[in-house]
Amino acid sequence: MSSNQPAAIELRGIDKRFGAVHANKAVSLSVAPGTIHGIVGENGAGKSTLMSILYGFYQADAGEILVAGKARSIRTPSDAIAAGIGMVHQHFMLVEPFTVLENVVLGAEGGAQLGKGISAARAALEQLGKTYAMTVPLDRPVSELAVGVQQRVEILKALYRGAEILILDEPTGVLTPAEADHLFAVLAQLRGQGKTVVFITHKLREIMAITDNVSVMRRGEIVGTVPTKDTTPQQLAEMMVGRNVRLKVDKAERTPGSVVLDVKNLSALDNRGTTRLRDVTFDIREGEIVGIAGVAGNGQSELLEVLSGIRRRAGGEILLGGAPLDPTHTDPARLRLAHVAHVPEDRHRMGLVMPFVASENGILGYQADPRYSPRGFLDRAAIAGDTRRKMTDFDVRPTDPGLRAANFSGGNQQKLVLAREFDRDPRLLIVGQPTRGVDIGAIEFIHKRLIAMRDAGKAILLVSVELDEIRALADRILVMFDGQIVGTRGPEATENELGLLMAGIEDGHATAGVAA
Amino acid sequence: MSARAGDLPWWADRLIIPVLNLALAFLASGVVIWAIGESPLECAQIMVAGAFGSGQGIGYTLFYATNFIFTGLAFAVALHAGLFNIGVEGQAYIGGLGVALASLYFEFLPQPVIILLAILFSAAFGAAWAFIPAYLQAKRGSHLVITTIMFNFIASAVMVYLLVNFLKPAASMAPETRTFAPNATLPQIQQIAHGLGVEIAQSPLNLAFVWALICAVGVSVLIWRTRLGYELRTLGASRPAAIYAGMPVVRLTIIALMLSGALGGFLALNEVMGSQNRLFLDFSGGYGFVGIAVALMGRSRSLGIVLAAILFGALYQGGAELAFDKPAITRDIVVLVQGLVILTAGALENMLRPSVARLFAMSAALGQEA
Repeated sequence: MSSNQPAAIELRGIDKRFGAVHANKAVSLSVAPGTIHGIVGENGAGKSTLMSILYGFYQADAGEILVAGKARSIRTPSDAIAAGIGMVHQHFMLVEPFTVLENVVLGAEGGAQLGKGISAARAALEQLGKTYAMTVPLDRPVSELAVGVQQRVEILKALYRGAEILILDEPTGVLTPAEADHLFAVLAQLRGQGKTVVFITHKLREIMAITDNVSVMRRGEIVGTVPTKDTTPQQLAEMMVGRNVRLKVDKAERTPGSVVLDVKNLSALDNRGTTRLRDVTFDIREGEIVGIAGVAGNGQSELLEVLSGIRRRAGGEILLGGAPLDPTHTDPARLRLAHVAHVPEDRHRMGLVMPFVASENGILGYQADPRYSPRGFLDRAAIAGDTRRKMTDFDVRPTDPGLRAANFSGGNQQKLVLAREFDRDPRLLIVGQPTRGVDIGAIEFIHKRLIAMRDAGKAILLVSVELDEIRALADRILVMFDGQIVGTRGPEATENELGLLMAGIEDGHATAGVAA
Repeated sequence: MSARAGDLPWWADRLIIPVLNLALAFLASGVVIWAIGESPLECAQIMVAGAFGSGQGIGYTLFYATNFIFTGLAFAVALHAGLFNIGVEGQAYIGGLGVALASLYFEFLPQPVIILLAILFSAAFGAAWAFIPAYLQAKRGSHLVITTIMFNFIASAVMVYLLVNFLKPAASMAPETRTFAPNATLPQIQQIAHGLGVEIAQSPLNLAFVWALICAVGVSVLIWRTRLGYELRTLGASRPAAIYAGMPVVRLTIIALMLSGALGGFLALNEVMGSQNRLFLDFSGGYGFVGIAVALMGRSRSLGIVLAAILFGALYQGGAELAFDKPAITRDIVVLVQGLVILTAGALENMLRPSVARLFAMSAALGQEA
């Protein structure tokens, strides 16, 4: 990394507005060649916008982009590819029924006759696979591959197109810890071969583990760029938020009370009839947080849906406060009346109605309460007043019941959902991904409120793909893999131990073979 | 991104965009009229004068508007619940059976009672015709657009069958019922005014117009002020959210479509009971389909629907005058203008939006710097 070599990428004064939102404010950034450069920031800090400008999805209102010292006009993704920039998106851009090979040549078929391009691509990919120790089955449909492997296909796709600079947008969100480690090894290999990597994340642990330099974004600006070895997670977190934050959660010892939820041999199918839950048995007591750890897609969503009455179970028993729930008459409305609150995993689809204003969202699920709709007519004043109180209690900003849900930030949207669900004095709280897409300040707040609910004697089921969150909050951790609970651990369990369980490896035995 | 690039203030969304779309449609119509060798300005003048220039013109404009208010409201109610009811045409047509039933078989009753029965029966028949597609959609997931289109055809065939075989007087050749008794019709506004000592021009405008306005207010209250309306809107905005909230999704789907069918059925009050005083073939005349454009243009809001309905009523009436005055222009030109309005206000609804949004963003940015 000699200093006279031009930067792999240099951004000068990039400025971008979306309507009234100033997403990037005169951002300047220089990425040294052959390094891994991290970009951290909270949701909405402008990371993704910046990278979308670099990759040609958006055009900057002002500023210029230099690649290897030369000014380039990047107006479309093909311009970016021509300039040697490749991108691996958070949500993969793969055609699922196509094979790996077909996906890689997509958009670079090399003429009307597919055969020629395909065979050239096969040779090139085998070579690339060897160079970077990334073997992927070229002739299998992408839909059959594990998520981590699909991500490797995305990386190979970029390399096949001659990428010298690789942008990865939140690449570890869908990976197990082991898969993430493998990804980091691949990235290190790429760096070794002289490639440049830009790594976008909101997880500080990953920044510390893999990057050479790190830039912190806040409110559309880069607030600092430092060599990773000279900084600490605490310092980065403070730069991200702009004030002191506590990364640890204070939690007092508490002895759980009587059993609130008792689940026995529960099984469930998904909409296609595939078994997604098998023989799940556990209980939750008063004043206890039970955390469900696992890689997304191992049955956690179905478990939440069954327990909240959205999905019908295929078998097993559910007892609430000792009384069995009738499987044919368990619907969300009845469960709400039985003081079961549900914070759904996906607030955009389920927890909120985005075009509705906050006060309309504040009664979602409780609209039949006579306080809100006496004799079937909505009492707008009562609804607005009640929502304002809940918003104040949960510090939802702006505290305006007349504002549309879509116009709140992710953290405030989530706080609005929590405010609604926590307000009903629930016996049992079913909470899915409480801090997904939520900024650090709001995470701190949400964690505190969850602990407060636990201390108030509520039984809480917490499902999260964030292992750190589970470890910080849960009194007991259940690990799910392929629809089963493969292990129960205390909060003192190490990340490594849980990671192995999440990958389906129990006591040295792989249970992965059981999967369909 | 908290604010999307396409966000507009509500007044721009509901005023500027429809007006621009309309202007575009009129501009394109003007080009066509100019190409046939007529003066677009003169034609526009004739149309406006025809629709609003005389008492009679206004009466006809509002008479047509009544049809569009019913069908526009019908489409909008279903749309609030996320349902695309293409079947308003057929539901309105079958609604005519309900009106005929009341007017033909209950003519011995006093007029207000017959009117009440006609309202109930037209709603019941329209709703019943919507029930089967609604049930299939809610329970079996059959695609509503397909089933309702099919039901329009079935309605058409059923009505021919009933009119020819049962409802037509034995001696008549025409597939229509006998004329209703005078006390089994809806009073015309002109008659009512005459009774009050006010003379207004002759037109088919009748009490159905008043009922249409009452329905517009009623729909507005239902959708925005009641729990049922809240649940329908939740279903329309996000089905998963409605399920999460424990709403009876199947029942809501059926209720929304039956309400829609009932409102569509009211069309027969205006056409059959208020104007022609008999049930005849194809009286629904495509009003059900134009109702889609009316609802879209009116942004599914009652006030917007009433205004859009008056616009379409004016196009109908003004267009008829135009065809009468200008031999080179046939009634087809009216269909063309309507088609263009439907195209810009309905299908191309989002064409101008990004440009307008950009203008707003630019002016907002300028405002901030100033």
